[in-house]
Amino acid sequence: MKRVGIGRAPKAPVTPRALQRVGAVLGLPVGLVTVWWFASAGSTDFYFPPLSRILAAFRDTWFGARLRDDVLPSLARLGTGYAIALVVGIAVGVAIGSSRSLRALVEPVLEFLRAIPPPVLVPIVILVAGIGDTMKVLVIASGCVWPILLNTVEGVRSVDEVLADTCRAYGIRGAARLRHLVLRAASPRIVTGARQALSIAIILMVISEMFAASSGLGFTVVQFQRGFAIPEMWSGVLLLGLMGVALSLAFRLFESRVLRWYHGVRATERADAR
Amino acid sequence: MIEIRGLRKVYDAHRRRVEAIADLTFALDAGEFVCVVGPSGCGKTTLLRCVAGLLPPTSGVVRVRGAPVTGPPPELAVVFQEYGRSLFPWLRVGDNVELPLRSQGLPREQRRALVDSALTAVGLADTHGAYPWQLSGGMQQRVAIARAVAYQPKVLLMDEPFAAVDAQTRADLEDLIRGVWQRLGVTLLFVTHDIDEAIYLGQRVIVLSAAPTVVVEDLAINLPDTRDQLATRADPRFTELRGRVYAQIQRAKAGATLRPDRARQPVRDSTRE
Repeated sequence: MKRVGIGRAPKAPVTPRALQRVGAVLGLPVGLVTVWWFASAGSTDFYFPPLSRILAAFRDTWFGARLRDDVLPSLARLGTGYAIALVVGIAVGVAIGSSRSLRALVEPVLEFLRAIPPPVLVPIVILVAGIGDTMKVLVIASGCVWPILLNTVEGVRSVDEVLADTCRAYGIRGAARLRHLVLRAASPRIVTGARQALSIAIILMVISEMFAASSGLGFTVVQFQRGFAIPEMWSGVLLLGLMGVALSLAFRLFESRVLRWYHGVRATERADAR
Repeated sequence: MIEIRGLRKVYDAHRRRVEAIADLTFALDAGEFVCVVGPSGCGKTTLLRCVAGLLPPTSGVVRVRGAPVTGPPPELAVVFQEYGRSLFPWLRVGDNVELPLRSQGLPREQRRALVDSALTAVGLADTHGAYPWQLSGGMQQRVAIARAVAYQPKVLLMDEPFAAVDAQTRADLEDLIRGVWQRLGVTLLFVTHDIDEAIYLGQRVIVLSAAPTVVVEDLAINLPDTRDQLATRADPRFTELRGRVYAQIQRAKAGATLRPDRARQPVRDSTRE
């Protein structure tokens, strides 16, 4: 039985329950870091230095000119490549998803292209686009576009028939239909694709800088590795991990806004099923 | 207002050729409330979709306001049975009702006024800000009706709209739609499987046979214009009409469909008061 809840729920106070949830989220990471600290404290292994040294290297390496010269350009390339993948993936995905004949025509080729691991394409992209920023942005975009495109196609295909008939009956066509029906109905799938693409984007950001680069976060980490600056290398790995977490959290925040209706519908369905 | 002549629909799919509708001919004058009732699977929904321009007929003519129907005609609104799936879950109730008006290019003030009056007319004046999935089934169907009302159509088509709600809600919605019809003066074609509902609501009831469907009877409902759930349903005329329609449908289900040439002269009961 659907409940008749109208309007927004009141804000809950900070309860022991909320603190418990924060504890659940942070508990394991804090625990693991603590274990790492104490387990590695007396380490003399060259390749696995104590955590204290890694953190010291972190502080010395990444706050300063490196932030401006390496980290920010890498993030900018990441953002640009991801944005291109979003635009191209959604546009092409909507076109393919809307036309059965086009989909039948294109699907085998898409499956083939999608299966090629992006790192394998990097030398080819270098031949085409050189070794500058364009190459890196292209590599990131070419890897990210596939989950977005394929998920968009699925999302567009799964638009509810009754809703589509409603739009036809009320004369909602063209751009209005695209905006109010197709894109909104497909948005849960598109967001799933975008989330997968984000993970791929971070990986490709590093890989694109491994082959031929002169600056960047991935380039710096690889340089440290080749120069046997091990604590600095580990600090770079740590930074990449933290960056991934930060981006993921930002994405979750964005998703909770855009898909608020979807989470509401799913919660109602789960409640009804009980 | 609505004219259907010789409507025929054959579904041709997966090596099965199904003649859903054989020959339907009837008409609605402006402002009439006509119910269509028939056994399950008799193509009632197919008929409605052909009139709404959502499905092309195999042969025959459908005219709405004089013009042949080749696609969804303007100033025609449809209310579907699956209310949960016909409302946009990402829009609040107010935006749901407003959306068809935006495509018409009306100014914002006018749209707001129409939305407000439509929601008040269906008894949902306070729910502008709620999402459809936060409402009960009956309330969702009211939102769908409000959306149709705000659209200010000349013709309203309803496809078994109350089939999926509980009996008490259905009674409320029946009275609601009668009130809406009387206030707006729309031409209403109402498809249902519920005989009592068809007789309670309509000025005429068109009884269909089983597939391949033809019109079995076109019955004028000689009940008073103000209908009441208790009084009207207790009226002896109601019982008589009900029995007549029920008998027709039982015959139709048993397969004794009238031959098409006989169906072209529908039996009109003209003892209206």
